[in-house]
Amino acid sequence: MAKSNYEMRKRTPESSRVGADDTSATGVMDEESSEAPASQAAQQSQAVKEAQKSRLADIDRETLISIYHQMLLVRRFEEKAAEIYSAGKIGGFCHLYIGQEAVAIGSIFAIRKDDYVLTSYREHAHAIAKGMSPESVMAELYGKATGCSKGKGGSMHMFDKEVNFLGGHAIVGGQIPLATGVAFASKYKGTDQVTLCYFGEAAVNQGAFHESLNMAQLWRLPCIYICENNQYGMGTSLARAMSSHDISQKAYAYDIASEFVDGMDVLAVREATLRAVERARKEYLPTLLEVRTYRFMGHSMSDPGNYRTRAEIERHQERDPIKLFSASLKEAGVLSDSEFQKIEAEVKEQVEKSVRFAEESPFPDPKELYADIYASPIDAGRS
Amino acid sequence: MALVTMREALNQALREEMLRDKDVFLMGEEVGEYQGAYKVTKGLLEELGPQRVIDTPITELGFAGLGVGAAMAGLRPIVEFMTFNFSILATDQIINSAAKMLYMSGGQFKIPIVFRGPGGSAYQVSSQHSQALESWFAYFPGLKVVMPSTPGDAKGLLKSAIRDDDPVIFIEQERMYGQKGEVSDDPEFTIPLGVADIKREGTDATIVARSLMVPIALKAAEILQEQGVSCEVIDPRTIRPLDIGMIIESVKKTNRVVVAEESHPFCGVAAEISSEINERAFDYLDAPVKRVSGADVPMPYAKNLEDLAIPNVDRIVAAVREVAYL
Repeated sequence: MAKSNYEMRKRTPESSRVGADDTSATGVMDEESSEAPASQAAQQSQAVKEAQKSRLADIDRETLISIYHQMLLVRRFEEKAAEIYSAGKIGGFCHLYIGQEAVAIGSIFAIRKDDYVLTSYREHAHAIAKGMSPESVMAELYGKATGCSKGKGGSMHMFDKEVNFLGGHAIVGGQIPLATGVAFASKYKGTDQVTLCYFGEAAVNQGAFHESLNMAQLWRLPCIYICENNQYGMGTSLARAMSSHDISQKAYAYDIASEFVDGMDVLAVREATLRAVERARKEYLPTLLEVRTYRFMGHSMSDPGNYRTRAEIERHQERDPIKLFSASLKEAGVLSDSEFQKIEAEVKEQVEKSVRFAEESPFPDPKELYADIYASPIDAGRS
Repeated sequence: MALVTMREALNQALREEMLRDKDVFLMGEEVGEYQGAYKVTKGLLEELGPQRVIDTPITELGFAGLGVGAAMAGLRPIVEFMTFNFSILATDQIINSAAKMLYMSGGQFKIPIVFRGPGGSAYQVSSQHSQALESWFAYFPGLKVVMPSTPGDAKGLLKSAIRDDDPVIFIEQERMYGQKGEVSDDPEFTIPLGVADIKREGTDATIVARSLMVPIALKAAEILQEQGVSCEVIDPRTIRPLDIGMIIESVKKTNRVVVAEESHPFCGVAAEISSEINERAFDYLDAPVKRVSGADVPMPYAKNLEDLAIPNVDRIVAAVREVAYL
């Protein structure tokens, strides 16, 4: 085994282990601990704020504001999507990201524009964070011709080649080998681009995860595997699905460097990703980040949510990543009340604009049904 | 032109295309140091290096998906399955990723990848290592499926498959690697995908055959010729897209058809061809389309049972006589 990986693990700052040993925050809990006092969450919120305060100082104001703006944008976007879904204008499945914003935003703020992102079907936030316009994402949700995938992909299959957002994949874990291949291509071509690959903790039980991590370390591929541990695979808690609950430790099996990250702290996510990006860019080495987070909404819009208590959700909402970050920004004097209001208004307009755009856009031309099946179509004797 | 084996023809195609385009790389189990489980990749590691000829762990789903991802990022992978039996593990990535990526991304991400390796019946390896899977893959829009029956076709079609911008399933017949034939040595020689080939001209009955069934159908045609029945043997070569036009032209001439295949009859390619003929040329038929398929059983090990499971010359001769009412 290469020593460097163990050194990497040692470098993991203690502050980023906030929540790692907290069973109430893991979903790995029994009935008793699920009723853990709210004061515990409050203590953790305090710890996040303390940690954020020390990180705030290292980041320029403009970036901090952009991070906040993006988090709020995707939150409001998802709230609007839920509303529109309920009105019957969005079809199929719709998996919302509310509660997990710190993960996509924090990590994508740690990469370059020409780096790659692949994720699962819960991807609206990643798409917007990677640079896709809310208009093209909303229009895709509406199934309109102006959507990012021309209305053929929908909520679960968003793509934008221009910004290197490579989907939007709806088979649990399916994007993990794909991302590994994108990272392979970067190394093959000798570029220093890195790939961020997101997946939920339930994907860790798929063979695709293990096969990919093995190849990534074996061939030294610049892929950063970001496990968004929101503690539920649909309605099945981590405790009911995984024999060993410490996901970051699974990296040991493949000699991959790993870190546990508090996914409610957007700056902690950014910082951990920056460390992983440096390893990937300079040494072509992969990293597994276990980012502990929580989804405030159901698995999808059709989820009745009877597998967890209201109290559990509320406890996690105490650590709402946007609330925590805005409190830190306010305390550090980065943003004033009026500036917060201004951002809120800007975001509202952005979301409304995306809805207007989607509403006004046409549905795909019927001819599109048979377009884009083959890049080199062959008319084999069918005349 | 030179007389070479199917194995050598495929090797030439791989080598020429890899020399032609540095974005083409080859990966799979034992393709490098071992020189290929069936020696199709012999010498390539030495000539092209370990960056482009990559030995993989036994991790079919993983490296198939890695190949698709590499194709999304602009490379042109050739993924070898040691046998297509193992591609079953990789079908999520072949079907859900490779076949659908262009469509569900609204035309943004083409997947120029070749999945190749031996398939069909092998010699006495029982059920899990001896089966025809082309109808599985041919079912899916987005995939192209190619099955050569001669060394010349193998080379020309594989070169086209590597140059093609879509995912191509390229199934080589495991029993045919040693078969010899004339092969062009022009590096620009290719055979277009989607074009069938008349392997023997005839007037009384059409035999549509692919892969291993082509040489068997040609032997049957020789015997039938002696019996006064002139058979036309058509090899579609590409299963999807299928050159149904050439088959229909032949049916209009002969009015009688037998479709021979190694695969199981139920939901098979022969069933599709039969249906197409019924829809397009029913009025030209003098007898119902007759299928000669592999037995509808998992492949047995015992030699006598295995022989019963795979169509042979006698069964094709009998089928042609049946449609000719002889």
